[in-house]
Amino acid sequence: MARAVTTNRKIINTTAAWAIGLLIFFPILWTILTSFKTEAQAIADPPIFLGFDWTLENYGVVMERSNYMRFLTNSIIIAGGSTILGIIIAVPAAWSMAFVPSKRTKDILLWMLSTKMLPAVGVLYPIYLLFIKMGLLDTRFGLTIVLMLINLPIIVWMLYTYFKEIPGEILEAARMDGASLREEVLYVLTPMAIPGIASTLLLNVILAWNEAFWTLNLTASKAAPLTAFIASYSSPEGLFFAKLSAASTMAIAPILILGWFSQKQLVSGLTFGAVK
Amino acid sequence: MGHISLNQVTKSFGDVNVIPPLDLEINDGEFVVFVGPSGCGKSTLLRLIAGLEDVTSGHIEIDGKDATEVPPAKRGLAMVFQSYALYPHMSVRKNIAFPLRMAKVDQAEQDRKIEAAAKALNLTDYLDRRPGQLSGGQRQRVAIGRAIVREPAAFLFDEPLSNLDAALRVNMRLEISELHQTLDTTMIYVTHDQVEAMTMADKIVVLRAGNIEQVGSPLELYRAPRNKFVAGFIGSPKMNFLTGATAAAHGAHTIGIRPEHIEISREAGAWKGKVGVSEHLGSDTFFHIPVADAEDTLTVRASGELGLERGEEVFLSPIMEHLHMFDAQGLAVR
Repeated sequence: MARAVTTNRKIINTTAAWAIGLLIFFPILWTILTSFKTEAQAIADPPIFLGFDWTLENYGVVMERSNYMRFLTNSIIIAGGSTILGIIIAVPAAWSMAFVPSKRTKDILLWMLSTKMLPAVGVLYPIYLLFIKMGLLDTRFGLTIVLMLINLPIIVWMLYTYFKEIPGEILEAARMDGASLREEVLYVLTPMAIPGIASTLLLNVILAWNEAFWTLNLTASKAAPLTAFIASYSSPEGLFFAKLSAASTMAIAPILILGWFSQKQLVSGLTFGAVK
Repeated sequence: MGHISLNQVTKSFGDVNVIPPLDLEINDGEFVVFVGPSGCGKSTLLRLIAGLEDVTSGHIEIDGKDATEVPPAKRGLAMVFQSYALYPHMSVRKNIAFPLRMAKVDQAEQDRKIEAAAKALNLTDYLDRRPGQLSGGQRQRVAIGRAIVREPAAFLFDEPLSNLDAALRVNMRLEISELHQTLDTTMIYVTHDQVEAMTMADKIVVLRAGNIEQVGSPLELYRAPRNKFVAGFIGSPKMNFLTGATAAAHGAHTIGIRPEHIEISREAGAWKGKVGVSEHLGSDTFFHIPVADAEDTLTVRASGELGLERGEEVFLSPIMEHLHMFDAQGLAVR
């Protein structure tokens, strides 16, 4: 029997959930609101919540001053490319760890994750030097590779978790039915893992899209993605909050829309299949 | 064809030796049941034959050809798994078609075989459903359908009925037996349930700790168990064992007598005891009676008409021709 929940209790729970949700969403909401204010209203004290003169001026200025489409293209190529490349490398890795585990499999998984514990700035210098030597500085290719490597442990972990949930007997059945290893992966494993692969793809596109440390440090102008576009509005001459907010809103809009449409996938991805 | 022969086959997982050297012949068309308690290596043995596990040493021959190194896909065997292992993302039709698709059978031939299998297994109305929309018994039939379309040299069943409820299990048992009659193909069936073994098998292989304890027809095993383990494992309820002076009186270390081979009387008999728990099945009643020298309380099968009160004193006599005698090592003495 399900635990009885009183109406009062329900109201309290719902209110609390909304309050926490709004608290988390508030900075994004504030950024979006600020993007429609004038520079003066943006820094007004006390802050104005809704009663300001709504204006699109900031968006006009931002579009005029910088080439949004170029940053957007770079973001799409870098985030998309690094994710797809990561998946291609991670599928066989996760397959072997999930279905043909060895004594060291757990150690390898932990070791991979441990690389995420290292502060990125610790390896900035060597990677920067490597990029100079290899002529990868400010190239989309270089950035794609770096972001792929950064997110690879997460991709492998997620896929590994999803593959682990697929009963080994089904793959054995495919083998008994005459499927080769390629056919087994192509016709049985992959279709069954599609929800998992989709969540992994989504989460990693978001991670790569929002990644700011490497994208800011390894690009100048040619390969700069939207993170660099935002940063270009916090200039040393002084902050222009309204324009910075407009730029931020434009940068996060595509990923926000993508996230909105794929909420279900994302939730199951983030909970690693714990919630059905 | 489906003659399988195991030659000095062993299997170890790390340092653990699951199957000591083992020889076994399975003849074409035979229904062979591997039976034994959990962990006796029966599933491992089946998986070795399937090729899902590699043998540590020894050889497996299928139809006279060495198949030891042949991958499972190429052995020409079909397997029905305990969990059914259907492809959840495919319809019933596609599930059954999968082995044909892998074998690159042309579409018309595929359709013909699927229709035939579906008809034989009462699945015609469900061909376009997904496995998730089927009951346990239907899923089991799909798994069998997927196995029969390949026309394999032998069928391997790994505890296929253990996830079904009791009534369905009896039905499926009959269906599988009928299937064996119709197809006349070798079947190897793994179970821990001795009733399944007794009712279905041409030949039972009793396993314990990877060792073959005895191979024989159901009635051979029932009538002439080679040792105490087989005697206790085959038959339901299990055989009663008595030791001590009672056994010594018959010149044995241990004697065994099945519940159905004991005569019960209020007046006189060989052993005396007080009636304990009774289990009434209607046709029969099982009385549990503590008796001197018995390893456990003695189980006696009597007619359902016999009304004995709890605590009533009774006399029990074994039917001598059905008495089994064992030496100190548990081996049968004749």
